[in-house]
Amino acid sequence: MLVDGLVMRYDERTAVDGLSFEVESHTITAVLGPNGAGKTTTLETCEGYRRAQAGTVRVLGLDPVRERSALLPRIGVMLQSGGAWSGARADEMLRHFARLHAHPLPVDLLMERLALHECGRTPYRRLSGGQQQRLGLALALVGRPELVFVDEPTAGLDPQIRRGVWELLEELRADGVTVVLTTHYLEEAERLADKVHIMDKGRLVASGTPLELTRGGTVATIRLVVTQPFPPGSPEALAAALGENTELTVLDPLSLQVSGPADGSTLAKVAAWCADHDVLPESLSLGQRNLEDVFLELTGREDFS
Amino acid sequence: MSGTFAPAPGGAPVLRQLVTQAGMEARLLLRNGEQLLIAVVIPVIVLIGAVRGADRVGLDLDGRPIDVLTPGVLALAVMSTAFTSLAIATGFERRYGVLKRLGTAPLSRTTLLGGKVAALLLVEVIQFAVIGGVGLALGWDGPSGVAGVLCAVVAALLGTAAFAALGMLLAGTLRAEATLAAANLVYLLLLAGGAVILPASAYGGLGDVVRWLPSGALGEAMRAACDGAIAGRDLVVLLAWAALGSVLTARTFKWE
Repeated sequence: MLVDGLVMRYDERTAVDGLSFEVESHTITAVLGPNGAGKTTTLETCEGYRRAQAGTVRVLGLDPVRERSALLPRIGVMLQSGGAWSGARADEMLRHFARLHAHPLPVDLLMERLALHECGRTPYRRLSGGQQQRLGLALALVGRPELVFVDEPTAGLDPQIRRGVWELLEELRADGVTVVLTTHYLEEAERLADKVHIMDKGRLVASGTPLELTRGGTVATIRLVVTQPFPPGSPEALAAALGENTELTVLDPLSLQVSGPADGSTLAKVAAWCADHDVLPESLSLGQRNLEDVFLELTGREDFS
Repeated sequence: MSGTFAPAPGGAPVLRQLVTQAGMEARLLLRNGEQLLIAVVIPVIVLIGAVRGADRVGLDLDGRPIDVLTPGVLALAVMSTAFTSLAIATGFERRYGVLKRLGTAPLSRTTLLGGKVAALLLVEVIQFAVIGGVGLALGWDGPSGVAGVLCAVVAALLGTAAFAALGMLLAGTLRAEATLAAANLVYLLLLAGGAVILPASAYGGLGDVVRWLPSGALGEAMRAACDGAIAGRDLVVLLAWAALGSVLTARTFKWE
């Protein structure tokens, strides 16, 4: 799959601004970004729902709009919500989709794997949000596609079921299916994805494997949580003490993060500052960056969930 | 690659898709209480009520009330399914994103529409069996011979085409709630004043006007058909409504 220089505008607003990336076959690729970053617009363009206003999109080598009828049988699309007759039962809906395909997966197997067998007879409108979502994933998979687009596959699911969905997605990859997913859960991208693309304001701000993105080299992150709000002016004093090579971010009134050289002097400065300002630490953690840190640094916002 | 999920993409044969889609839509129509009410219960009540009422009020009809009214109620049944039920169902399919989701399946729009039409015809067959059965039980003579049956089928098909095109026009442009309200309102107005059940001749001077409506044309065509006659003018009117509705629908229909 290839996206090259994609531009999409709604009225005045530019949703996608010159986006380019590639997806390799038989991998899981995660597209991350804050709300409004253009993830869904990008995916819908790849799925052929929208026509690229500029740039090129090719999915399995095909133009998603002009060659839609050739492309549709080969892809599976999971919609974020809705998309079922309110009176149709869960198993009926899935069987219906299975019959529209030439070589569908066994419906019972999918129902079992996605923990839907208990609500098979329930009409769609009475399924819980999580059940509707898993049915959406089942509908995307039932036609044995070569490539699936999954939009927020585990949002709002129980941890146990979420793990089941992750295992399913990993099995898809092992069996030769290409998976493109959007997610708000950085943990999900970190665990599943072979490649991560981070979008912000319609642009690609970073691409790479989770390891490449989180490898901070000699940079360490110190996260400090305190019991009382920081005294006025004290974060500025810490920033001054740490010097130029270090970056200080106040996350909220009770926590802050320091990124800087991974040596003892950074830690000593933070400890000395605590003593000088009568700040009582509740927790002090040291660590490598995770995808969440990368994400926050790049998008500069905390509203990623 | 092998394994449980090894890709094996492809659409089912078109005929199987059509049958699947038609079966699903027909089941959903018949499962829905309100739809069943409007498809079968109301026409039957109207038939029984009108026949009793015509005897009591002394309505001046060309022939026995049951022979005049049963074809009219059959026309009403076509209208209720092809227009009201179809418009409401399709309006909510748009609202709930069903059409969007079906758009991700290897199902062409032609097959989707074909499935809808087949579902309508299936429901209409059931309606005709029930309403015709009640009519016969009340002493209706039935269509006159094979010619009468064939003429009635032609009238029903053209009526279905005209009303389905108009129902899709409504469903494809208005919001689901507005479609629900409009489809029911139009149904009631045409039921009361559209020359569906009562012949156009019962409307006095307005009779010639209401025959230009799809409801009047279908009612007249169905009444003529049950007498074994082809009402050429009315069939042409239905064809014209079907063409107009289809062109407008094709231009305005929004899938989402």
